[in-house]
This record gives sequence, C-alpha cells and structure tokens, in this order.
Amino acid sequence: MMETKRRYVIPGDVITTGPFRPEQNVYQEGDRIISTSVGISEIYENAVRVIPLTGIYMPKTNDLVIGKVIGHSSLSWEFDINSCFVGFLPAQDVFGRDYSPTKDELKERLDKGDLVAARVANFDRSRDPLLTVQDRDLGKIESGELIEIAPSKVPRLIGKRGSMIQTIEMATKAMITIGQNGWVVVSSEDPDGLLKAIEAIKMVDAQAHMPNLTERVKSMLGVELGDNNDTINE
Amino acid sequence: MNENGIRCDGRKVDQLRSISIKVGVLKNADGSAYIEFGKNKILAGIFGPRDVHPKHMANQDSGILRCRYHMSPFSVTERKNPAPSRREIEISKVIKEALQPAVILKDFPRTVVDVFIEVLQADGGTRCAALDAASVALADAGIPMHDLVSACAAGKVADQIVLDINNEEDQEGQADMPIAYMPNLGKITLMQLDGILSPSEYKKCIQTGISGCKQVYEIQRKALMEKYFGNETP
Repeated sequence: MMETKRRYVIPGDVITTGPFRPEQNVYQEGDRIISTSVGISEIYENAVRVIPLTGIYMPKTNDLVIGKVIGHSSLSWEFDINSCFVGFLPAQDVFGRDYSPTKDELKERLDKGDLVAARVANFDRSRDPLLTVQDRDLGKIESGELIEIAPSKVPRLIGKRGSMIQTIEMATKAMITIGQNGWVVVSSEDPDGLLKAIEAIKMVDAQAHMPNLTERVKSMLGVELGDNNDTINE
Repeated sequence: MNENGIRCDGRKVDQLRSISIKVGVLKNADGSAYIEFGKNKILAGIFGPRDVHPKHMANQDSGILRCRYHMSPFSVTERKNPAPSRREIEISKVIKEALQPAVILKDFPRTVVDVFIEVLQADGGTRCAALDAASVALADAGIPMHDLVSACAAGKVADQIVLDINNEEDQEGQADMPIAYMPNLGKITLMQLDGILSPSEYKKCIQTGISGCKQVYEIQRKALMEKYFGNETP
C-alpha cells in the first residue's frame, strides 16, 4: 500500500493537483483538489479525502446510533439522533406484525426521554432516516451514562479494529455502547471504572487529531505501555 | 490625512487595522467566532444544519442559508433602537448573498443554516468584519465550504485610494467599497460602492481591496489552525 500523506487543512486549502480521485469532504476545481472542511487530509492510492474534525452527524444506512425519544404518533416514534434529521422508528418494529393502534400503547414501551440503541435501516436525501431495533444488542438502554462527543471523532474512539474501545473497556471494566452519531453510553457496576471510562472518552474527544493516542489513553488509564491490550496493570 | 500620507488613526494608506479572531467562543452555538477589527467588536454564531421553521421555507433539494445582522443598542455612541432597521435588513441580505457561493448545502436537504451576527461595538466596516467572523464560524460549525470568505473595504479619502477605511474616514471620505473575496478561488462574492470613482480609481480600489482580503485571510486561517491543531504541524 502506498504511504498516506497527511496534512492539516481548512476549507479552501488546495490539497494537491493532478489526477486524483476526490472522496469525502473534498471537491475538484480544474485539476486542483480542494478541502471543504477543517480536518486532516489523506492521499492514498490515487484518492484524496479529508477526515473532518467538526460537523454534524449525517445518517448512513447500517449505522448504529443512539437516539432519544422526542415524541410519537400513533404509528411511530420520533428520535433525536444528534443530526439535522429526525429518526423514525415504526411501531411494528417493536410490537411485531400484529400491531394495532387501538390496542397497543406506544408510551408503555418507549416514553419521551428514553434512550435507544438502533440501527439506521434506510436513509436517502428525500426521506428522514428510518430506524430499526430488530437486531442483537439493539433496543432500549436501561441504565448508563450518556456522553456526547463530536460525531467526526467516533472512528478515533473505536480505533483500528476496535483497539481503542477495547483498551478502555478492559482497563475500566465498563460496558461502552458507541453510536455513530457521537452519543456514547457507558455503564459499569464500579463507579470508579465508570468515571475513568468517561474521562478516557472525553480525552479521545479532545485529542483526536494527535498521534499515539492509544498510548496516551493507556498511560492515563494506568495500562502498561507496549503490552497487548488484554494485559491490565493491577 | 497629513502630508506624509499618514491617516487620522496613524495608519499608512495600505495598512489594515489590527485584527484578531477567536474561534469557538460560544458553547451553545454549533460554530462561533469573535472578531476585533480595529475598534469593531463582533460576535458570530452558527446554528445548523437544522430543521427549518417555518416549514414552507424549506427546500427539498438543498439546505438554505439565513442570516441576521444585528447591532447592539450600545454598539454606537447614541443608543440604537434594537429593532431591526432598514440598514440592518439590507446588510443581513448582502452578507447572506456573500456567503451563499461559499457554502455547500446540497447534502442537507430540508434544513437551514442560521448565521447570527451581533455587533457589540461599531467603528466603520462592520459588514466586512462581520463577514470575516461569519465565514470562520461556518468553518467551525463544520459546514462544507468551497473556500473561506475574506472581506475588507477600500475607499477614497482625500483623493487617495486607501485600504480599510474606518468610521471617521467613511464620514469624511469620497468613496467606500466593501469587497468580499474567496482567496483560493479568486472570486469576488460581494462588491458594493458608495461614492464616485473614475474607471482607473475603480480598478485600483478593487486591487487594494483584494490585497486587504488576502491579508485578512491569513489571520482567519491562523485563528482556525490554532483552534483545531494548536501550534503543531504534522
């Protein structure tokens, strides 16, 4: 694989000129490729993209998101999913096929303010995102602490093949559910572990653009450096 | 202006007032910036993309941009009535139209980006300073943009073309020309002219204004870089 070349850019910065394929957050003007966001530019395998450091969450099909119920009609719930669009969860998804608006009461299952882990089933420009909870580990979140981070920094919190989140979970023994929309729920039996996990997540949010972040988080959590993720320094 | 070409506030003909920009000063807004442009003090806050209210303003194909320029009652020497004046409505409109070519809202259908500009202290050239702050705040909010918009006025005072005229020069001078410019694309997004210029003076005035915009751009760029990356370079 070709070496990736990184640079800090702001909107309007010319990243490169020449025959490259413009990907996320860049556009082509003549033969110049220009950034549209504040972020880190990457050139790899003839493609150019910018990883943004700011901005709202744009729903994508199959994303796991955490939503908060803001209301319901007789057929569906509406969710705040930290985006410019409202998420819809049809009542059939929770009650099953034989849902009847006269018989079932939506409020009994999910009420205003409840948090739900859901998957984006469908989304395109013409309609608001459709959510589903019909999968393993989806559904109402009964307990935990909600933390908001920038949606653009979620990939960093997960890390390469989940390395970052595993590190934090192992070291604090907390359960962490990350929504792609930047909402994270942490739950733990142990209050110290909970606080530590929250601190680690906030640290990732604040220092997402720095190199060696996993090492920094490890040293903050007191995990031995250079070791595998699964060894914890007690 | 005295015989050495020094202006009433001690500047040379091609010198800007001192400018400082701070990014991300408002916690509750999605993006914000504070600019001190000589004695001008202006805050800009961005909300969005978010749901459009009233609903009939929404565009199914793309997001819309709204802008409100407002002067505080204490921003000028005599108390200003806080109700939007004819002048403020006009400036809101021209600022909106100057930002429109820079922002890319086609990915946010049925939403709005609101730009709120509050002038805390005014000393001539507020529309340019407001535009500078607004474009940095838009970048801070993560709105995709073709380029930053930099703005600066030029004018004719005592038969000479000067850069960045202040309130006193505006009152006494012969012409005032605010210019907004996208430095990387080389495009002008706002050009107004109040006064009379000969064709050759007009050309010189535009050139002077654009050179001022380029200087402003460097300051905007520095402010954004400092907020997101500190002082380091990759």
